[in-house]
Amino acid sequence: MTAVTGTELLRLEGAAVRFGARTALDAVDLTVAAHEIVCVLGPSGSGKSTLLRAVAGLQPLDAGRVLLDGADQAGVPAHRRGVGLMFQDHQLFPQRDVGGNVAFGLRMHKVPRDRREPAVAALLDLVGLPGAQRRAVAELSGGEQQRVALARALAPEPRLVMLDEPLGQLDRSLRDRLVVELRRLFGQLGTTVLAVTHDQAEAFALADRVVVMREGRIAQSGPPLDVWQRPASEFVARFLGFDNITEATVAAGHAVTAWGSLPVPDGTPEGPCHILVRPAGVLLRPPGDGLPCEVTGRTFRGGRVALLLHPDRGPALEAECALRDAPAEGARVTVAFAAEDVVVLPGEPAGSAEPDAMEAPTAGR
Amino acid sequence: MTGSGPHLRAGSEPHLPAGSGPDPTTGATAEAAGGSVRAQVPVRRPSGTARAAALRLALMALPVAFFAAFFAYPVAAIVGRGLREGGHWHLGRIGDVLGDPGIRHVLWFTCWQAAASTALTLAVALPGAYVFARLDFPGKRLLRAVVTVPFVLPTVVAGSAFLALLGQNGLTDDLFGLRLGTSVWAILAAHVFFNYAVVVRTVGGLWAQLDPRQEEAARMLGAGRLEAWRRVTLPALGPSVAAAALMVFLFTFTSFGVVQILGGPTYSTLEVEIYRQTAELLDLPTAAVLTLVQLAAVGAILAVHGWTVRRGEASLRLVDGATTAHRPRGGERALLAAVLAVIALLILLPLGVLAARSLDAPGGYGFGYYRALGAQDSSGTFLVPPLETIWNSLRYAAVATVIALAIGGLAAAALVRRAGRLMRGFDALLMLPLGTSAVTVGFGFLITLDKPPLDLRDSWLLVPLAQALVGVPFVVRVMLPVLRAVDHRLREAAAVLGASPARVWREVDLPFVGRALGIAAGFAFAVSLGEFGATVFIARPDSPTLPVAVARLLGRAGGVNYGQAMALSTILMLVCAASLLVLEAPALRRGTHRGADLTGEL
Repeated sequence: MTAVTGTELLRLEGAAVRFGARTALDAVDLTVAAHEIVCVLGPSGSGKSTLLRAVAGLQPLDAGRVLLDGADQAGVPAHRRGVGLMFQDHQLFPQRDVGGNVAFGLRMHKVPRDRREPAVAALLDLVGLPGAQRRAVAELSGGEQQRVALARALAPEPRLVMLDEPLGQLDRSLRDRLVVELRRLFGQLGTTVLAVTHDQAEAFALADRVVVMREGRIAQSGPPLDVWQRPASEFVARFLGFDNITEATVAAGHAVTAWGSLPVPDGTPEGPCHILVRPAGVLLRPPGDGLPCEVTGRTFRGGRVALLLHPDRGPALEAECALRDAPAEGARVTVAFAAEDVVVLPGEPAGSAEPDAMEAPTAGR
Repeated sequence: MTGSGPHLRAGSEPHLPAGSGPDPTTGATAEAAGGSVRAQVPVRRPSGTARAAALRLALMALPVAFFAAFFAYPVAAIVGRGLREGGHWHLGRIGDVLGDPGIRHVLWFTCWQAAASTALTLAVALPGAYVFARLDFPGKRLLRAVVTVPFVLPTVVAGSAFLALLGQNGLTDDLFGLRLGTSVWAILAAHVFFNYAVVVRTVGGLWAQLDPRQEEAARMLGAGRLEAWRRVTLPALGPSVAAAALMVFLFTFTSFGVVQILGGPTYSTLEVEIYRQTAELLDLPTAAVLTLVQLAAVGAILAVHGWTVRRGEASLRLVDGATTAHRPRGGERALLAAVLAVIALLILLPLGVLAARSLDAPGGYGFGYYRALGAQDSSGTFLVPPLETIWNSLRYAAVATVIALAIGGLAAAALVRRAGRLMRGFDALLMLPLGTSAVTVGFGFLITLDKPPLDLRDSWLLVPLAQALVGVPFVVRVMLPVLRAVDHRLREAAAVLGASPARVWREVDLPFVGRALGIAAGFAFAVSLGEFGATVFIARPDSPTLPVAVARLLGRAGGVNYGQAMALSTILMLVCAASLLVLEAPALRRGTHRGADLTGEL
């Protein structure tokens, strides 16, 4: 499944879409290999949905090209592109029952009835709704609608399935379960997937490769672990929920910051930059040597506790510790920094990279 | 056109929740819960904006041509004939006519009776709107359909019904010696009778969909029951009350059939005066001036109405109308009883009296008058037995419906995307025939469509064409909200699944629109059936329509003629009511609120 070496299925070259003065897609280059699952991640308004609509043929490009299997799709209408799109609010046809919705694409592709019915039944089995053919879509729960929408998108066996916020309207626990199911399902079927989400947990759980978008451009692209471990810019880091970021000057294996002097990994280029300290790298120490802080907040997360610290100097810090080690609110602690969790952020200068506060996921806080 | 009775909520925008998803609340909940799940992709489709505009223009072409040929041209010709002489405009005539005390009296009466009718209708119908919106009681759906019957009833029938109730030898005359036949009270009562449904449906339709929790929230914040209503519900209802009031004002301002029958020689609206000047006094200049005055007034009313409706489109929190009603409790029971009594007295009684009178033949109760309708008239009022007019009317109305559906359907398709001032103007143009003097249009047809290229003088098509003019606004108003309520992303979903544009229309739009098309057809049919003001001019003597026959019978002395008029009116009433009930039937049968919502647009 992680075989990203397969043949190239989708390629975008300099794709651009403008709505009046606003640029929704700005010269986007992107490729998706066959059988790959790519997740586009970004705050709302970053152009993710427009990207999907452009590939689907629902949104004409103002510049650039979309190629599917190497063929330029300019002038090819949506219904002849052979891609599937699952809409963010599902858009099930209210006047049709579940079976009618799933069979719709098969009918459009002139699949005869005697082959449609077993196909619909098999798909409903696959998404965990066996025998639901005659149910009205109005009486389905959100999770069930999502499954029907997925079955409907998969039915015509599109060469590329695109998912727009596939789990957007569902509650947390259902999402966590479904995302695992989805990944297994796509693995089983060998489907090529281009999904869009603003939820990084969803993206990282689903994708072979993550593409982070910002204001119509691609900010970073890579395997989930790489992106997570080495955010390419302050924007990406903050979008992923990392807030321990400050300006720094690297010299002689150390970074001079508002928090004091921090160790940096070997080989870090010298000069001014931004650095990120992952919460796990903020180490609590008994009072004494290090940066003195006051504990101003605690968030419990299973066996771990996220601490919000107010250092005597420098911006607020987030730390992580085991439940039993968690100091009380108001306690005075001293912190030290672990070199392996200090990440130097290349990319743009500070200040310009505030992600939408409402949109940034709060994981890690 | 004013000769017809039915009314509609012109310019009304959907009170359906945006999006056609099965649960209108999902959108709101998702927004509240997720905040971020809605990507900001504009829903508009910028794909080839120029092509879309071209398509719109192409769709508009036929309706515009239709209105130019069969509305603007005849009306302009009449005005020109009245005000142009020897190649010069005589605009001074406007001043002369408006200075005439008789005309001033007509103008004054037209305005004040319309204002009084509107106020009275609101006072009587607003409690009804509440009852139908918020209370649950047995037979509600059926009653809702019944109060809508006057809405599609020809004015001639309403006039006859109130004559039978309040007129000479009418019910109140027999019982109490009370004769209101040619009084302003009869006119006002008939106007309320007609417009009751306009208020109940326009205001009540929205009222049912207002989220009651808004009021509950206000009450939790310390507002009393009345205070909460005044601060939360009333402001939300305001624009729809204003829109309904303006529509009632428009219809009563241009009232023709009712005033013609109940007004006697003393009371006359602009429209009646135009008819008198044109048909009886042959004073075309005066008629032309009055037509212009009426056109200006109607234009102004429609402009204010359009503005009100647009303002009312402010985002209200709407919920499924079927979920907000509750069993009446406490004082609401008294209110319900009062509303039911009003409906019985105001709507059921006149219709019942009409039917009773038609059966009250000289030889005792029976179908004597009905039988007389089938006989060849010896007095020369008709060239054919009056019963044949039923067949004429049905035939004309059917053709008019087809024309109205074609023209109105194209216009609605062009108007689906809200766009630009040009389209708003087009929208307004479509409404204009509703308020323009039908008499002018009818007479205009006679003098303009009698020479090539449009020589329709001897064509039976003339009548359906005039009737279709009134049907088109109804078709547009019914279709437009439904077309707009189809979520464009449903079409996209179908396209991505492989449906071609034509297939998308068939698979996605048609199931929604199909039912609206039926409703539109029913309204157009009922309106055409009842059209009087224009038809009275252009129907050929050997093939009069039902309303024309009723008016002729009423215009002649004698109990037999009166009885036959009642009998014909009853038949007309039954046909109109039947076509309405057929429309409402799916909603009644399935008990779904969806259908009710659709007619609630009117």
